[in-house]
Amino acid sequence: MSSRKRLITGVLTIGLLASPAFAFDFGRPATPDEIKLWDIDVGPDGKGLPDGSGTVTQGKQVFSDYCSACHGENGQGGIKDRLAGGQGTLASNMPVKTVGSFWPYATTLFDYIHRAMPYPTPGSLSSDETYAVTAYILSLNGIVPADGKVDKDSLPKIKMPNRDGFIPEPEFDPARLFHTK
Amino acid sequence: MTSKATIDVLPRPASVSRRGFVGGLSAGILSVAATEAANAESLADVPDRGPGADLSAHSERSRFAKIDRIPESTPGKRNIDPSNAINSKTPHQRLVGNITPTDLHYERSHSGVPDIDPEQHRLLIHGMVGKPLVFSADDLKRMPSVTRVVFIECTGNGWENWKKADPDLTVQNTHGLVSTNEWTGVPLKFLIDLVAKDKDSTWMLAEGGDGAGVDRSIPLTDEIVNEAFVAYGQNGEPLRPAHGFPMRLVMPGFEGNLNIKWLRRLKFGSAPWMTRWETARYTQLLADGKARQFQLRMDTNSVIIQPSGMMQIQQGYNRISGLAWSGHGKIAKVEISTDGGKTWTQAQLSQPVLSKAQVRFQMDWAWDGKPTRVVSRSTDEQGNVQPDRQSFIAAMGTNALFHYNAQQTWSIDAAGRVRNVLA
Repeated sequence: MSSRKRLITGVLTIGLLASPAFAFDFGRPATPDEIKLWDIDVGPDGKGLPDGSGTVTQGKQVFSDYCSACHGENGQGGIKDRLAGGQGTLASNMPVKTVGSFWPYATTLFDYIHRAMPYPTPGSLSSDETYAVTAYILSLNGIVPADGKVDKDSLPKIKMPNRDGFIPEPEFDPARLFHTK
Repeated sequence: MTSKATIDVLPRPASVSRRGFVGGLSAGILSVAATEAANAESLADVPDRGPGADLSAHSERSRFAKIDRIPESTPGKRNIDPSNAINSKTPHQRLVGNITPTDLHYERSHSGVPDIDPEQHRLLIHGMVGKPLVFSADDLKRMPSVTRVVFIECTGNGWENWKKADPDLTVQNTHGLVSTNEWTGVPLKFLIDLVAKDKDSTWMLAEGGDGAGVDRSIPLTDEIVNEAFVAYGQNGEPLRPAHGFPMRLVMPGFEGNLNIKWLRRLKFGSAPWMTRWETARYTQLLADGKARQFQLRMDTNSVIIQPSGMMQIQQGYNRISGLAWSGHGKIAKVEISTDGGKTWTQAQLSQPVLSKAQVRFQMDWAWDGKPTRVVSRSTDEQGNVQPDRQSFIAAMGTNALFHYNAQQTWSIDAAGRVRNVLA
């Protein structure tokens, strides 16, 4: 038996022993518990939002602790993205794209803060802290009141000012793609 | 059409006088400068041969060939500290051929370059599937693979010229956010079969293992299912960290940011997730204040690289060359105008012309020394023609920031100085 043949036989044997149910033995089953650890995405319908809640008042403190160093005191004038204001500027020569003027879904704000912020320690905010700072940024834009609170039921119901400001490219329009009539 | 200049590059016959020879060139090309420069040097001046350096584990560029990308930020923000950079641009003006050297492939990262140990990296595929699975980098390498040469282009490529044209920009500044590499990996279709995707799943979320967890919703069209792959190889070697080591999605012809780097999760669903990247970021604001969304495909594009911004050319023979590419398929033709877009001549394409890959074009040109403008326009196999700037801006406005594919014009003044202009 050539060494090459022995090698192939060996690989096949290991493959057969290690493959319980699949036609190919690539990968391993993902357990529900570990999927939960990574399954962080939130859809515009609110799917994926966790339990918990946060108020504007709580969010003001979270923002001051973790966000204002880059985004400015009230979400403006910082070294990174401006978060508030800009409404009414999108058709001007100097459009100001912020959460209030441009973002179409409040759920996206929760998702993005939860996955990507604060920049040095992404994912470190608790669900309650994330709801709170989401509420605060929305309040800076006049979208929730100063005594407001958000949770998984209220967040998807918020209609953002620029919700209807997007035109899908016809080729990849989610409302038409895969809907053959 | 322009008159076709016949460029004679053969040595002049001894029996023909210089005056007569020059006069005989149909376009009046002068070879005098080259001849006299040649007379000023001698082969005796070329250094002697001798033993070289020891052989080594890998090869560096010659110390005489220093070529670098440039880390930059948003339009107009150049010469910045690398800690403030959001991209790093390919030096097209220093490169030849169709393939970008691996270390010079443009880079766009949203939260720095993670230092990932492939032993610890995992790819989770779940959602609307029969069998949610976890894969290691080694798992992927054991699977059937594809290898394909494709361009990847940041949607911000060209964004310096939306509102104005800084005259001191090079082609690296204007078009350094597109590159072409050979990528190797596992077809998405194979992974879809492994996890037994639900047939009602029409969209896929792809998420990166970077700090930002960049994620995009990808429609599962036949084209994408057939062409996308999860790559672990780049120009024959493992991916470089800046380009997604140990694994990334490759989406031939589509927005660079859809080619999710450091890929760690694919989730199957039935509608887009409306992530920050596909709502607040990579959407194109039109003049009326509405924004174009899910403009996922990169359009037909081209740029002249020789000559280009900040170069200086000489009167007489010049070889014009550049790169063309389209997310719709193969480039069918590239035309060049040397009179600011009045007349056009078809350029030669270097072979092979590959679908959704950059291709080198070139054309011989005799410059008469008068100020002019050079511009290229590409047409792809689907008949899409790269738009002139005026009609492009009329359709898109000047606020879109992304997907700038208007024809690039370089002006040439009487001294031969080449500069970036709008049209």
